Amino acid sequence: MKQQQFEAANAPTWRRYRLLLEQLEGDAKSKRPPAQEDPQGFPQLYRAVCGHYALARTRAYSPGLIADLHDLARRGYPHLYRRRPRMLRAALGFMAEDFPRTLRRHALAFWMGMALLFLPMLAMGVATYLDEEIVYSLMDGLQVSNLEEMYDPANRKPGRSHGRQADTDFAMFGFYIMNNVGIGFRSFASGLIFGVGSAVILVFNGLHIGAAAGHLTRLDYGGTFWTFVSGHGPYELTAIAISGAAGLLLGKALLAPGRRTRLAALRTNARDAIVLVGGAALMLLLAAIVEAFWSSGPAPAPVKYGIGLAGWVLVALYLALSGRSRHGA
Amino acid sequence: MQPSIDTVRFNETPEGIDLGLRVAGPVPRALALALDGVIRAGLYLILTPLLILADFGLGLMLLAFFALEWLYPVVFEVWKGATPGKRAMGLAVVHDDGTPIGLPASMIRNLLRVVDFLPLLYGVGLVAVLLDRDFRRLGDLAAGTLVLRADGRAQPREAVMAGPVAPPLGLGLEAQQAILSFAERSQRLSAARRIELAEVLTQELGDRGELAVARVRGWASWLARGRAQELP
Repeated sequence: MKQQQFEAANAPTWRRYRLLLEQLEGDAKSKRPPAQEDPQGFPQLYRAVCGHYALARTRAYSPGLIADLHDLARRGYPHLYRRRPRMLRAALGFMAEDFPRTLRRHALAFWMGMALLFLPMLAMGVATYLDEEIVYSLMDGLQVSNLEEMYDPANRKPGRSHGRQADTDFAMFGFYIMNNVGIGFRSFASGLIFGVGSAVILVFNGLHIGAAAGHLTRLDYGGTFWTFVSGHGPYELTAIAISGAAGLLLGKALLAPGRRTRLAALRTNARDAIVLVGGAALMLLLAAIVEAFWSSGPAPAPVKYGIGLAGWVLVALYLALSGRSRHGA
Repeated sequence: MQPSIDTVRFNETPEGIDLGLRVAGPVPRALALALDGVIRAGLYLILTPLLILADFGLGLMLLAFFALEWLYPVVFEVWKGATPGKRAMGLAVVHDDGTPIGLPASMIRNLLRVVDFLPLLYGVGLVAVLLDRDFRRLGDLAAGTLVLRADGRAQPREAVMAGPVAPPLGLGLEAQQAILSFAERSQRLSAARRIELAEVLTQELGDRGELAVARVRGWASWLARGRAQELP
């Protein structure tokens, strides 16, 4: 078949396809009047155009025609192979199933993250509790006095410096989100530096928290400190460890890719790691809510400790059991 | 497809055809980044009056800053296919099979921006972009994404109208395509260039000037519609 016959025979198909394309592309920008052309026929038309493009190439029709058909196919492709997730349902399913399942699949990375956060924390906590000088190896005098000021039992609102006493809970909520979720994201991303970045951030945060806890307990400010942190601690600390574990997964792909290329391993692990980061970010959101609206509140100490304990049990049960199917998995 | 010196990357679709994706280089991407920076700075400025609302406003502002810092590119890429800066530069972000980018890939490439930014102003990212054949920075490599030039419309072509002339026997496919391509583009070329190209194509017959142009157009007409005259 000669080119002009071919063009004449298929022009009606191309015209209909072009109309549909304009409709589909227009939808994204402005609300057009309802479809004149039935979009049900789109896949069929698209496949027909793909066939025409392939034919035009093997028959060596003119490059202009080939370019036109390629253009038509290229514009249709993303409309057929588009994923439209239902956001709310996807988010619920994600937290109920995907996130805990993915975490259990990478239990080793998770426990490494927990160890990198909690072991330095414990060691530093004990050390600062026993020796009053050690805290200054990590923080300078100003930081230490800020810390003492924040958890002074005379404060109306524990956990906030004098300058921040007047801030409302909501302002602190904004601050916690920006700060904590930011730390979570960074400890994931820096894992791309062969996992070292994540490890450093985890250890550094562990040391700081441990130093604060040990130092304040030694000063007898423990009453304000521990009641303040008990509420949000379970979610916040676990989530930071999980973010770090996600970073460690990236590092593992680069250091020990197994029987894949480094790039392929990185891609596979990044897919899982981003699930962990997303889950950790939502946990940090919960932690920020608790920290801003509950932790500095006036509830008596036993209640706060009780809520904190319940939080740890809840996190452990959720991560260990949620999303397990009846047949095991 | 033969290896090309162009930046077009071919991707085979389930229909068994090769779709060309035109990846974008570091310069338009850097400009898009700068534009996005300006847009974000503008948004920061618009948001600062929130402080009038005192503490509640401060909380809102901090939340907005967080969103602008981390979620701005993700939201726009998943929703529109590109950030406003990239749209202005005619760029779009897609998976490496050409499908529109989804949430996980967008999150990966934008969170890993932190590493691409190191040690200073996208140093690592630039090196990665220059080393990779498809101009991918580390975030793109991990997420499996490409940044494309979205504006790839083909040039309008002219119908071949001349009276058909039989071309020499034994023309290869490439030669036939060169003749057809010449006929489609000849109106957009300058007269001198048109003659120069036609003389190359008719070298063996020794035609000169407009005579050569007319002969090549005749061949193109023969190739495109055969000897028959009746078609439109």
